[in-house]
Amino acid sequence: MIQETSQLEQVGLERNPGMPLKLDWLKNTQVNLSAVERRAATLGTRRTVKKQWQAAWLLRAITLMDLTTLAGDDTPGRVRRLCAKARQPVRPDLLAALGVSDLNITTAAVCVYPTMVRTAVKALEGSNIPVASVATGFPAGLIPFGQRLEEIRYAVAEGAKEIDIVITREYVLTGNWEALYDEIAAFRSACGEAHLKTILATGELGTLRNVYKASMVAMMAGADFIKTSTGKESVNATLPVSLVMVRAARDYFERTGYRIGFKPAGGIRTAKDALNWLILMKEEVGREYLEPELFRFGASSLLTDIERQLEHFVTGRYSAAFRHPLA
Amino acid sequence: MTVKDIFETMDYGPAPESAELANAWLERHKRKLNLFIDGKWVKPKSGEYFETINPASAKVMAKVALGGEKDVDAAAKAARQAQPEWHKIGGHARARYLYAIARHLQKHSRLFAVLETMDNGKPIRETRDIDVPLVARHFYHHAGWAQLMDTEMPGYEPIGVAGQIIPWNFPLLMLAWKIAPALAMGNTVVLKPASFTPLTAILFAEICQEVGLPPGVVNILTGNSAMGQKIVTHPDIDKLAFTGSTEVGRYLREATAGSGKKLSLELGGKSPFIVFDDADIDSAIEGIVDAIWFNQGEVCCAGSRLLVQEGIAEKTITKLRARMESLRVGDPLDKAVDMGAVVSAEQLQTIDDLVKQGVAEGGQCWQPSWALPEQGYFYPPTLITELSPSATLAQEEIFGPVLVAMTFRTPAEAVELANNTRYGLAASVWTENVNLALDIAPKIKAGVVWVNSTNIFDAASGFGGYRESGFGREGGKEGLYEYVKPVWEKNLPSYKEEIAPQLGAAEAAGFVTPVIDRTAKLYIGGKQARPDSGYSYPVIGKNGQNISEAGLGNRKDIRNAVEAAAKAGAWSRATAHNRAQVLYYLAENLAARAPEFEARLMAMTGVSRRKAADEVATSIERIFYYAAYADKYDGAVHHTPLRNVTLAMPEPLGIMGIACPEEAPLLAFVSLVIPAIAMGNRVIAVPSFRYPLAATDLYQVLDTSDLPAGVVNIVTGEQDDLANTLAEHDEVVSMWYVGSFAGSGMVEQGSLGNLKQTWVNYGKKRDWFDAEQGQGREYLRRATQVKNIWVPYGE
Repeated sequence: MIQETSQLEQVGLERNPGMPLKLDWLKNTQVNLSAVERRAATLGTRRTVKKQWQAAWLLRAITLMDLTTLAGDDTPGRVRRLCAKARQPVRPDLLAALGVSDLNITTAAVCVYPTMVRTAVKALEGSNIPVASVATGFPAGLIPFGQRLEEIRYAVAEGAKEIDIVITREYVLTGNWEALYDEIAAFRSACGEAHLKTILATGELGTLRNVYKASMVAMMAGADFIKTSTGKESVNATLPVSLVMVRAARDYFERTGYRIGFKPAGGIRTAKDALNWLILMKEEVGREYLEPELFRFGASSLLTDIERQLEHFVTGRYSAAFRHPLA
Repeated sequence: MTVKDIFETMDYGPAPESAELANAWLERHKRKLNLFIDGKWVKPKSGEYFETINPASAKVMAKVALGGEKDVDAAAKAARQAQPEWHKIGGHARARYLYAIARHLQKHSRLFAVLETMDNGKPIRETRDIDVPLVARHFYHHAGWAQLMDTEMPGYEPIGVAGQIIPWNFPLLMLAWKIAPALAMGNTVVLKPASFTPLTAILFAEICQEVGLPPGVVNILTGNSAMGQKIVTHPDIDKLAFTGSTEVGRYLREATAGSGKKLSLELGGKSPFIVFDDADIDSAIEGIVDAIWFNQGEVCCAGSRLLVQEGIAEKTITKLRARMESLRVGDPLDKAVDMGAVVSAEQLQTIDDLVKQGVAEGGQCWQPSWALPEQGYFYPPTLITELSPSATLAQEEIFGPVLVAMTFRTPAEAVELANNTRYGLAASVWTENVNLALDIAPKIKAGVVWVNSTNIFDAASGFGGYRESGFGREGGKEGLYEYVKPVWEKNLPSYKEEIAPQLGAAEAAGFVTPVIDRTAKLYIGGKQARPDSGYSYPVIGKNGQNISEAGLGNRKDIRNAVEAAAKAGAWSRATAHNRAQVLYYLAENLAARAPEFEARLMAMTGVSRRKAADEVATSIERIFYYAAYADKYDGAVHHTPLRNVTLAMPEPLGIMGIACPEEAPLLAFVSLVIPAIAMGNRVIAVPSFRYPLAATDLYQVLDTSDLPAGVVNIVTGEQDDLANTLAEHDEVVSMWYVGSFAGSGMVEQGSLGNLKQTWVNYGKKRDWFDAEQGQGREYLRRATQVKNIWVPYGE
C-alpha cells in the first residue's frame, strides 16, 4: 500500500471522536422552511464576487472539489483520465496567467466506487490527492448490514482515505435515531483511520427538521463530514438543505468544540452554483470552513464550467467547453 | 490584490453596479430638473432650484426645481381639469395606461434602481430586487383594479384630485403606492416627492410621457415643505395621502380639519419583533436582519423592538452579535453590501443623538468591530440591550439601524409589551407553534403582522397602521377605498340653520293625579347614572311644552363612559354569532315596545303616527340588517405571490364615540350605533341635544336584550361639547359625528391627540330611511380596520 499523508492529516484539525447519543439535542429542533428558503435565496443576492476575486474564489472551489465518477459504465480508463484531471484541473497557461502556477492547484479528492479505488490510488500516486470511495451499498444502502461494513473495509484496504457512506433512510423516516446512531457509529469504526462522510440523502428525508436531526445524529456518531446526497436522488444538493446542515454543524461545534465538514453533492454544475455555496459557508460559518478539511463539493461536471469562467477572466472572451481537457 | 492573495484571504472584493447610465440620464438633463405639470416640463415660477445629494459620497447629484404656490396652483388646476375625462374614459382605458406604466417601469428597471440608490443611499440589492419589482407589481395589480372598478366597486366614484406627499425612505415605492390606486379609481394626482429624494419621481414622470398618459393626470412637483403645505391647504385638492412622520401627519390632520378633504396617513412605528422560545432561532436572526437592517432601518415598519423570551435571550443575543459581525456596510452601489448610507447628514445626526441618549439612560450599546467607510453618511448596525420599556429608545422611533432588545416571560407579557406603544404599524411573530402564532397575531395592535417573516409587502395586501401609525390602507381592495367615495354622498342637502327651540314651562294641568315622573338618566356601564353635573335640562316637545328632563352630561360622564367601555372588551372578542343573537333579541324587544317608541317620537318631534310607526319599523329592520351582517362581513385571503396565506381580517376598532343627529332620532341612533357594535366595538353615543329621549328610552331595551354592560353607553347633554371631549379622548379610537359643518371640523381638530379615525358629515343631511344612505357595508367598513396577517407555510 502506498503510504501518503492525505491533505486531511496535514492540517492537524482534531478529528471528531463522536459522543454518546443525546436525544434531547434533537428534541427542540425547529426549522422554518419558508424562512430558510428566503435566507438561501438571498445569500447569492446579498453577496457576489467579481473580477480577480471571482477568479480566486473559483480556484478555491476547485481545491474543494471531490472530482467524482459514480456511474455503471465506469472503467479503469475513465478513472485514470479523471485522476489526471484531478492532478491538473486547469490548463497550465491559464494558471500562469492568473499568477498561481506555484499554488499546486489540484482537486481535493477523487471519488469513485470501491472497485475503482485501486486504480485511482495508483493513478494519483505522488500527488497527495486522496481517493474517496462510496460504500455501504451506495446509493440506496439497502444491502445486508454486514456487507456494508465489509464494503467499507474493502475500500479502505484498497487505499481509500475517505469513505462516503449512505444511511438507512428508514431510520430517519421512522424516527429511529438510536438505530441510525448505531449504524453510523459502526461505519465509523469500520473506517478506522479513513475519514467518514455521511450521506444523508436529504432528498429522501421529507422535511428539513429530519435533515437537521439526521445531521446531528451523524455527527454524534462520529461523522467527519455530513454530505447532502448521493447524486442519485431526484432532488440532490440544494441551498436550503445545505443551510440547515451547516447550521447543525455550527450547533455541534458550539456544543462540542469539534468542527464537522460539509459536502453538498449532486446537481452542482455551474461556477455560479459553486460561488453560492462558498458564500453560504463564509456567511454562516466563516472563512475557516473554506478548506478541504471542512468543505467539499461532490461534482463531476462543475469543473468544466469553472475552467471556462477562468479562461474568460484571463482572455476577456467567453470560452467553450471543448477548449478544456476532458475529465 | 492579486488572485493569489485573494485565494488565501477569500475576501469579497468590490462589486460595483455601474452608475454610468444614471449619470448619462442626469447629464441629458444638464443636472437640472424641472416640474412636471399638465404633461409638460416647466421651470419653477420662483426660478429657484435646490440640490439633491448622494448620501454615500455627500456630493451634489443635480439641481431640482423648487416649486412654490403658483406651481401648486397650476398643477392642481391641470389635475382638476383632467379628472372628469380621466374618470370618463373608463376602467378599461385606465387599465391600459396603468399596464403600460408597469411595462415601461420594467423596461427601465435598472435605471430606476441605480438612480434610487444614488439618491437615497440604500443598497442596490434592495432597489433592484425589492423596491422596483414591487413598484411594477403595484401598477400591474392596480391596472386590474381599474379594469374591475365597475364590477367590484359599485356605488363608489372617484374623489377627484389627490394631493400626495411621500417620504424619502422608499421614494419610488411610495410613489407607486400612492399613484397606482389613485389613477385606477379615476382620480388625478399632484405628487410631491421628498426633497432628499426627488429623482426617481422625475424619471417616473418621463415614463408617464412615454406611455402617453393624458396631460394633467399625473403632476410631479419637487420642492420643500413650504410647498408641501400649499398642497395640503389647496382648495382644489380633494384628498390628501401622506406617508411620513407622525409629527407631520398630525400637522396634516390639523391643517385639513373641517375642510372636507379626505385624508389617509401612514406614519411612524416602533414595531415589535417577537421571538418565542420555540422559534427557529437561526431563521429569526435572519428575520431581525431583514427587520431592522433593511434600508438602514429607515423603514416605518422596521422591527425595531426585539422582544425575546427570557429563556432563549442569551443564546439569541449571542447569535445576533455574531451575525452582525458578518454584515457589510458600504457603497450602496456595491452589489455585496447589506447596508448603504443613511439618507442625510441630519438623519445621521438624529440617529447618533438618540443612541447617545439611550446609552446615557443605561443602555448597553453593541456595534460590530469593523470600520465604516470614511466618506458619506454611514451608521453601523447597532444593538441596544439593558433598557426598560420606559426608556426613550424603547418608545421613540429612531429611523435608523438601531435595535432595542428586551425580554418577556409569557405570551401574555409579550402582547402587553408589544402593545405598549403609541404606534401600531406592524409586528413580527416567530414561533413554530401555529396555535401560538394565531393567538398572538390578532392580539397585537398593528395593521400588519408577519408570522415567521418580516418586511414583506405586496400590492394585493393592505398596509397601514393602528393608533398613531395612521389610518387608511395602501394595497389590496381595502386600499382602494382611500380613493373613492360613496356616490350617495354627492348630492346630500345641507342642514338648514334652525332656531333653537325656546324653553317652555310644563303646562299646569290643574288638580289631577299627575303621571309618575320619569327622568331620563345617562346610561353608563349598563346602569342608569345621574349626570356628574347634577343638572338636568328640559326636553321640549312638539308644542313647545317640556315633556321630560334629560341629564346634562359633562366631561366626567364621558370619562366614566369610556372607562365602562374599556371594561367591556369581551364584546370585541365575542363570536360574531353571539353578537348577532344579541342584536336579534334587541330587535325583538324593541318591536314589543313599538307603540311606546312611536308615541315618544310623535310627542318629541311632532311627526305623524304613520311616520313614527315607519321610523320604529325601519329601526327594527335595520337592527336585523346588522344582526345579519355581524357574522357575514368577512375578511379575505389575499393572493400575494408567496407560499403563504395573507389573511385580511376586519377587526373592531375598539372604543368609538358616536354623535347622532336630530332628525329621525331613533332611526339615526340605531343606524349609527348598531353597525358599530355589530362589528364588536364599544360605543359612547351622544344623542342630539334636542331629541335625546328616543335614545334614553332605548336603554331599557338594551338592558333586557343581554347586551353586556359597557358596550353601549349613552351620554346626553350639550352635544358638541360632549363630542369634542370624545374626539379628544386618547382611549377613543374612532369618532363618528353627524351634525353641523362646524361640529365636523371640531371633531377632526379634536382627533389630533391620538390621530383617531373620524367619520364626519360636514353638515350634510342623510336620509336615514333611504337604505342606500342609511345602511350598508360602508358603515361596517368604517367600524372596522383591516389587519393583514402573513402566514408563510411549508414543512
